[in-house]
Amino acid sequence: MLEATTGLNDRRRDWRHRIDVPVATAFGCIVLLLVLGSFYSSNFLSPQYLLQQLKVGAFLGIIATGMMLVILLGQIDLSVPWTVTLGAMMASAAAAHGAVGEALAIPVGIFCGLLIGLVNGVGVAYLRIPSMIITLAVNAVAQGLMVAYTGGFAPGDSASAAMRYLAAGTILGVPNAAIMWLLTGCLAVFLLTRTTFGRAIYGIGNKETAAYLSGVPTQRVVMTAFALSGALAAFGGVLLAGYAGKAAQSMGDAYLLPSIAAVVLGGTSILGGRGSYLGTIAGVILITLLQSILSVMQIAEFGRQIIYGVIIVIMLLLYGREKIVR
Amino acid sequence: MDSLVPLFRMEGISKRYGGVRALQRADLEVRAGRVHAILGENGAGKSTLIKIMSGVVAPDEGRMLLDGREVNFSDPAAANAAGIVCIFQELSLVPDLSVADNIVASNPPGRFGLIDRKAQRRLAEAALARAGGEDIHPLALVRDLPLSRRQMIEIARALTRTPRVLILDEATSALAAADVSRVFDVLKRLKAEGIALLYISHRMHEIAELADDCSVFRNGRRIATYEAGTKSDNEVVEMMIGREYSHVFPPKPAAPAATAAAPVLEVRSLCWAPRLSDISFGVQAGEVVGLGGLDGQGQRELLLALFGVLRGISGQVLIDGQPVSIGSPREAKAEAIGMALIPEDRKTEGLMLQMSVRDNLSFATLSELAHGGIIDRDAERDAVDEMIKLLAIKTDGVSVPVGSLSGGNQQKVVIAKWLMRKPRIILLNDPTRGIDVGTKQEFYQLLRRLADAGAAIVLYSTDYDELIGCCDKVLVLYDGTVKRTLEGAEITERALVSLALNIDTSAGEAPPNAMVGA
Amino acid sequence: MTDWRFHLAQQRGSLTALAIFIAMFVFYVANHPAGFTANVVQTVANKGVLLALVAMAQTLVVLTSGIDLSVGMIFILCNCVASYVVSGSATATTLGIIGVIAVGAVCGAINAMIVIFGRLQPIVTTIATGAVYFGIALWIRPSPGTSSEFNSDIADALTGKLFDLVPTSVVVLLGVVLVVWLPFQGSVIGRAVYAVGSSEQAAYMSGMPIRRAKFAAYVLGGMLAACGGLFLTFFTYSGEASLANGNTYTLYSIAAVVLGGVSLFGGRGSAIGAIFGALAFRAIGDLLFVFNVDPLWQPLFQGLVLLLAVSIGSARLFQVRNRLELFT
Repeated sequence: MLEATTGLNDRRRDWRHRIDVPVATAFGCIVLLLVLGSFYSSNFLSPQYLLQQLKVGAFLGIIATGMMLVILLGQIDLSVPWTVTLGAMMASAAAAHGAVGEALAIPVGIFCGLLIGLVNGVGVAYLRIPSMIITLAVNAVAQGLMVAYTGGFAPGDSASAAMRYLAAGTILGVPNAAIMWLLTGCLAVFLLTRTTFGRAIYGIGNKETAAYLSGVPTQRVVMTAFALSGALAAFGGVLLAGYAGKAAQSMGDAYLLPSIAAVVLGGTSILGGRGSYLGTIAGVILITLLQSILSVMQIAEFGRQIIYGVIIVIMLLLYGREKIVR
Repeated sequence: MDSLVPLFRMEGISKRYGGVRALQRADLEVRAGRVHAILGENGAGKSTLIKIMSGVVAPDEGRMLLDGREVNFSDPAAANAAGIVCIFQELSLVPDLSVADNIVASNPPGRFGLIDRKAQRRLAEAALARAGGEDIHPLALVRDLPLSRRQMIEIARALTRTPRVLILDEATSALAAADVSRVFDVLKRLKAEGIALLYISHRMHEIAELADDCSVFRNGRRIATYEAGTKSDNEVVEMMIGREYSHVFPPKPAAPAATAAAPVLEVRSLCWAPRLSDISFGVQAGEVVGLGGLDGQGQRELLLALFGVLRGISGQVLIDGQPVSIGSPREAKAEAIGMALIPEDRKTEGLMLQMSVRDNLSFATLSELAHGGIIDRDAERDAVDEMIKLLAIKTDGVSVPVGSLSGGNQQKVVIAKWLMRKPRIILLNDPTRGIDVGTKQEFYQLLRRLADAGAAIVLYSTDYDELIGCCDKVLVLYDGTVKRTLEGAEITERALVSLALNIDTSAGEAPPNAMVGA
Repeated sequence: MTDWRFHLAQQRGSLTALAIFIAMFVFYVANHPAGFTANVVQTVANKGVLLALVAMAQTLVVLTSGIDLSVGMIFILCNCVASYVVSGSATATTLGIIGVIAVGAVCGAINAMIVIFGRLQPIVTTIATGAVYFGIALWIRPSPGTSSEFNSDIADALTGKLFDLVPTSVVVLLGVVLVVWLPFQGSVIGRAVYAVGSSEQAAYMSGMPIRRAKFAAYVLGGMLAACGGLFLTFFTYSGEASLANGNTYTLYSIAAVVLGGVSLFGGRGSAIGAIFGALAFRAIGDLLFVFNVDPLWQPLFQGLVLLLAVSIGSARLFQVRNRLELFT
């Protein structure tokens, strides 16, 4: 009996299936936060404030994009802190090498991140080392490299003009950083939804065995995803250096937990195979708003840490539980 | 020691798994001090019966009586407590613990939560000695021991639980002859002590040596019980087969004349230690070659080996007469070779359950549906729709997760995924297991159409009807080698069952009470 | 005697770590300007014991095939708590010490509950709870400080030397091993911990107490991390909520565990091996110092050692013959 449905019927059902509860919740929380904040001060709903949040969130957004790719595979990238820092420092270092260096600063930074990601990727895909372990180790190596390179001091090189423009400038009032995030996001969405690479990522995250037996080059896909994550983290670092004018030691530490939180809060399953970029966007904005509101309300750093941890656990309990193993 | 009152009885036990009826009002009587052997083909219901007896699953209907009183087991521990002990396959031994640790795992000796190592070791040594495994050192790690030793440990462990009914489900399958006779001595001693033993095996000679009573199961029911030795092997085989043919198969073409063309797929002396040795066969275009034999004789490994999943294969694989080396499923599915594998477990190997029907259908063909890595959505939609139509897949749209489809339709998606590539060589690993009858019929029609269109097909099935109805020739595997190749009219259920059980009935009627050597 | 052969094989990982450490230690002492004196040994011991305790804590969780990324934060939190309560009279100090260990136990218990009943992956759980524990530490000690009645006597006693020869910290570590680790290893729960990490399915079928085992592993781990925090307080006389320090100890505890022959997949290894792994890992920095290598290179060396160790640990996967086994 034939019952293949196509056409309008299908699209309607598609739409209903596509309402992702976690994503909707995340956006709902954003609205809630804004409303609550507006009780505290009407500034919270002003366009300047909102644009500012977009700009601040853009850095996290770019880093979280890379993290999302890796989490979709069912893996994790704990080398973000020092990949961010390394990208920033290498870009600044290149910028100090004359005109050629200045022009190549941004690509150099990204490329360094790509290399780090490749090391992670090879370890996970070919050596089958658990991702949490190897990315932790690579993070330590990256830190070692940067400590040795800078002598432990704050690096003296400053960011190139291009970096500063991309991070801090505006076009028609829209912060460039946000535009960078938008471009990155569009690329990510395209990759995930329209390419074989993206389809393979979802497949591997769902059931790597089935993906492998379907003849998909699983190892190559995993390695590439980690390489992209490294490159994106480094790009985030480059922009951060541009924003602050220079790189700084441990500048990436503050981005690990929030990037994981943003991805997970946006409905991407920590076990892999499920998640949409829209959710990650929501998660990033949510985290950024939360950070901002907490600091405006002058809740000290300790409170922020506690709230982060608690929120992640709660969200995971709602969406990320494993099935009972029998 | 003989007993008139059955120690354990099962009455009217039924169990369904989805659309499949594993047991239909089955019954069984087990007497103390006797060995009761259970025989039956794959799917006759033996393992389901055992699982119900040992508390792993609950029956849908029926009751169990121990010493005349009704009992219910909620989990294996409850069954153990009642004295029903089943010897599992190796999955129940912890690899990184020692033999002694494993043997006393559920009840270690000691006080205040601390384990008395010396007492534990003594217990383990005693248990091993009882089971005939004195050569196993109690401190050895289970992960370092071969399967045969592990089975001895399982037996030793079962003995420490003071069973009243001891169930052995193919528990001697990996043991060498010397070990087997030692285990048999133990079992005979237990019998003398008044324990009831339930012995499931396909090895007729073992049953002949050990059993007192035999029961034959077929189609989820007990067909007959008789005292061991009172029926000939052939009579037993008759009882095991003789089902109503519930399948209708499309007619097979007359045996094709021997062609000069090289077989599409040819295998020469394929070995993969320790599971496959010296396998050779060929498949012509349009031919359906079946793999028969009991579960676990290497059929799955053979298909995986052909598909490039196994490493360390020796021997030759030739495609169209040219030797090839296939290192991964990716190479296997490539245009030049054109192979497809319908894997054994659709839920873990064939499908990504949370992804949509469309995504699953197109998954193996993505690179062909894409230009420069970008998926051509229209081409994908057309291909997906075509496959849904071709296989009549019942689904509520292509965007629903494939996990929401029925078992039969899920399997159709797996098959469709590969048919989308128009493969030349199709390997199928037990494709109709757990599928309803209607879908099976559709499948047989499809298989015939594919063969007629020129595909070379290798079909592993645990259903003898399928092998008889679909295949042009059948290789019966035993212990990783091809025991015999049956062609055309030679493929009968008797022949398949006998070969699987390692009885040679090729000469026609064997004399009654034929004892066949190991 | 074949018995010895088996015992030896079992302890192979720990013995390798011990050998590595001894080699490094001998090298170090031979090249140290002061030579093999009690003071040199004491400094090595004091620095090593801190990491050893945290490594022991990590071992317990890793044995269940989990990982505890909050162990460094529990360490820091207990350091801060200790800086308040290890003070006053002998009774008050003793109660304070008990309190600190209780804090560690509670942190471990929280991790355990979320992993067992929430059925969340240990890695994400402990990243999140680590943040919470650090937040609490930062709350009670926003800036480094100490209690005005800090009991420096006991701090000195436990970081000094016994009979002017043996570092007390080593004696304490030995005591922890004897009183905590060895009984644990020989207990029903301890063996269940190994079983859970080796094959949770088989452990279930064998009727072992899986939940209790996981719970015990996390709680005991928390308590050991608390001991580490206590010792840090004894060394520094103060409590400091240092994020960098916490992260460092978490990372180094994993390095120590891997070097100590504990399998990251669970089910194999011993805390004793982790202790030697910790000492060996620490010794890398000391060796670099003795060979006049710029201390700036130390983090890089340690990172490379960790990377190498984990890569080698997974090398056996190359021997897999059925590629399907590579996927879980």
